[in-house]
Amino acid sequence: MRDESKPALPVVGHNGAHPDAVHTLPTNLAVKCPNCRELLVGKDLERNQKVCPRCGYHFRMDAHERIDMLLDRDSFEEFANDLLSADPLGFVSDAKGPYIAELESKRRATGLNESVVVGKGEIERMPLIIVVMDFRFIGGSMGSVAGEKITLGIERATKDRLPLLIISASGGARMQEGLFALMQMAKTSAALRRLADAGVPFISLLTDPTTGGVFASFSMLGDVILAEPGAVIGFTGPRVIEQAMHQKLPKDTNTSEFVLQRGMIDTIVHRRDLRPTIGRILRLYGAASKRFV
Amino acid sequence: MPYDLEFERPLADLDKRIQALQRRGDRLRPDERTQLDGLRIQLDQRAREIYRNLTPTQRVQVARHKNRPYTADYINLVSDDFFELHGDRRYADDHAIMGGLASIDGKTIMLIGNQKGRDTKDRLERNFGMAHAEGYRKAQRLMRQAEQFQMPVVTLIDISGASLDLEAEQRGIAQAIAESLFVMAGLRTPIVSIVIGEGGSGGALSTSVADRILMLENTIYTVASPEAAASILWRDSSHAHKAAAAMKITAQELLKLKLIEEIIPEPAGGAHQDYAAAAAAVKSAIIRHISELEQLATEQLLEQRYQRFRAIGVYKRETVGASSPTT
Ligand SMILES: [Zn+2]
Repeated sequence: MRDESKPALPVVGHNGAHPDAVHTLPTNLAVKCPNCRELLVGKDLERNQKVCPRCGYHFRMDAHERIDMLLDRDSFEEFANDLLSADPLGFVSDAKGPYIAELESKRRATGLNESVVVGKGEIERMPLIIVVMDFRFIGGSMGSVAGEKITLGIERATKDRLPLLIISASGGARMQEGLFALMQMAKTSAALRRLADAGVPFISLLTDPTTGGVFASFSMLGDVILAEPGAVIGFTGPRVIEQAMHQKLPKDTNTSEFVLQRGMIDTIVHRRDLRPTIGRILRLYGAASKRFV
Repeated sequence: MPYDLEFERPLADLDKRIQALQRRGDRLRPDERTQLDGLRIQLDQRAREIYRNLTPTQRVQVARHKNRPYTADYINLVSDDFFELHGDRRYADDHAIMGGLASIDGKTIMLIGNQKGRDTKDRLERNFGMAHAEGYRKAQRLMRQAEQFQMPVVTLIDISGASLDLEAEQRGIAQAIAESLFVMAGLRTPIVSIVIGEGGSGGALSTSVADRILMLENTIYTVASPEAAASILWRDSSHAHKAAAAMKITAQELLKLKLIEEIIPEPAGGAHQDYAAAAAAVKSAIIRHISELEQLATEQLLEQRYQRFRAIGVYKRETVGASSPTT
């Protein structure tokens, strides 16, 4: 949750990003970088937008960290936060117990109502609709509520003619909601079709990880598709491919660099450059229908 | 076709007795003839009875039965003429998806379906029906052409899931599936999708963003194969039978959940026992649904399709003060 009581800090971050954007890591705790194994001090990591100062490894961010990092201060107005997952199938599994209980525990653990946060905000004073996925909430998986919130965001962007930014971080469709979850891929894509027909730009940002049914639907439908460096991005996880196909995969398979090289995305953007880059893109699309003279 | 599934043992026994009598042909005594007729009726009744009460896992077995009619069989039996169109014009022709111009009762439609392959060689060539990006791109090409010529589109779904190998990733399978969803959502011609076997995950959805989704009686449609779901949610794929039940994947359950429009009945003992009867039921469903959809103006058709998917989802609203998240 956003901590409204926190005093405003002077902006000293790179390229206009807020240095106080990250506040979920215990500040004095040491964190080991999974890439270079360096022991990092929590608050140094936070000050660096959760990017390893030594090797540039991008740690995952939660939805509100993203919002705080990218949007103009206090510009975010959330909507549809009252939607809660029901349990359409009465789903119970032996390993994970009842789906309803899992939802409740994730709600408590993350302070979120679902894996998606949606609202209106501004980047460099330009208004937009922003949808952010949070991997902590059942792997950022898309069930009925995630699909509904994403669709509401797309529809709002279409109606108000505001650019759309969707930040993906998801393992894909939520199996505990069966075909309801799969159909959210069609629902969100159909809404994006209307956004495209209305001529409103959609920027899709892929972060670690973006896989499965999320990657194979709205994430890949951006007019501009960006990715953070080193993110796992693929339809199937590399380990699943290796097991199922008995194939040994090249080291960078299904990463940001892999999908860039294959022509699936436009560019990879370092986290410190995200805000100004999105700002540039918004300005360029915003001036598309202006006339010379 | 033989009755070779475990739950079909009573049918196999009856069938054996019928075969024994039939082999004697003209030499049967009148009382044996009566007995043969009785056994045939009994087989039909028992088959209907057993098939009415299949468990989800048994339904999966029938949906995947190696003798089940595939897309190519329905094409042969349903259309008077079929001209297959090949290739995505970008990379290759994916044999896991076939499609082309089909003439049905004098009208041409675009018929597209997943094709699993019948014998070992055919299966390998068709990658067991698991399509790659080029397959979805071929389907898109055919659908855009259908729109151009105002032909309705019918898709037959029979895929365990999209291909999950390195080549699929390299050629952008996720992009291809996403684009298929996008293309179908706005396609200005009627679309009817029929699950004829397995409907598995994004691979199935990518050809079923339709105005109507119909399922044959013994088919499944699922977000993930029961085996894949079990390995994630039970951490052991041998629990697939539990996943199959928990995920509500059968035609009967999905109709109850209002996720599909209609169930097409199969002949007693499943579609593989009587191809002609199964195809006749499919054909009449195609004609009926397309005729209905053709009554609609294009804008109305697109609005209804949008709302069909827009309405999918079950959720509740948080009441103020209750179950508010704590940090
Ligand atoms: Zn590092």
